[in-house]
Amino acid sequence: MGSINFNNALGVHPDAMLLRAKRAEILANNLANSDTPGFKARDINFQAILAKEAQSGLAMSSTNSAHISARTGRSSELLFRNPSQPSIDGNTVDSQLEQTIFSRNAMDYNSSFEFLNGKFKGLKSAIRGE
Amino acid sequence: MSLGNIFDIAGSGMNAQSMRLNTTASNIANAESASSSIDETYRARKPFFAVMHNEFLNVNKHNQFHSKGEEIGAGVEVKGIVESDAPLQPRFQPDHPLANEEGYVYYPNVNVVEEMTDMMSSSRSYQMNVEVLKTAKQMLQRTLMLGE
Repeated sequence: MGSINFNNALGVHPDAMLLRAKRAEILANNLANSDTPGFKARDINFQAILAKEAQSGLAMSSTNSAHISARTGRSSELLFRNPSQPSIDGNTVDSQLEQTIFSRNAMDYNSSFEFLNGKFKGLKSAIRGE
Repeated sequence: MSLGNIFDIAGSGMNAQSMRLNTTASNIANAESASSSIDETYRARKPFFAVMHNEFLNVNKHNQFHSKGEEIGAGVEVKGIVESDAPLQPRFQPDHPLANEEGYVYYPNVNVVEEMTDMMSSSRSYQMNVEVLKTAKQMLQRTLMLGE
């Protein structure tokens, strides 16, 4: 029977939010290390991971926050950022770039949140039958 | 929880930058602290930073980023404070109460211009970490409102 299942109802958004939060952590670490000699800025390819995620069965149940890793493990490599102006001490953090990416990521997190919130609102009104 | 880790990361960044600001203040305050011998003279101090690899902060070690032996890093830590080995400034001041037998007084190797630029850089970096913290706080607060 096609019963209402949380994973079917919520779609890709919970995974997207988790991934956005993870990315925020990586970018925050880049910013914290903007003055560390030899530090290389890291990032993940969000699109590639999400594309992979969309292909490989979203219907799998995830009861734990760690479950996302089991499905995205292969494509979610931590990459190195290509610096436009590498500094003498080997640091590749471009503070301005990281800051803009960080705030954009936060915006995307908020939009994923809005989608998820809308889903919950829809479910709630379906339950109430209003 | 990744968003919770951001608090620790930004906090470590703020801590490191305030340490840097602290050494800058000390250097500028002591820029004219004279001494009669080379050994006793104040030397410019600089903290040196390194990526923090704290197992304790990376709680979900079994997740995708750690499985290949890769670590995101958990902020920045101050590894230590080193004294500059730039030459001191001997000045010929026979009237100075601290002058040695030859009439020389030693002044610290603090470059005030360098310290000022360092101060601006560290205060900007501090602000950046505060902004990160603010954003993470907003994200977390919104998440708590889910389903309302």
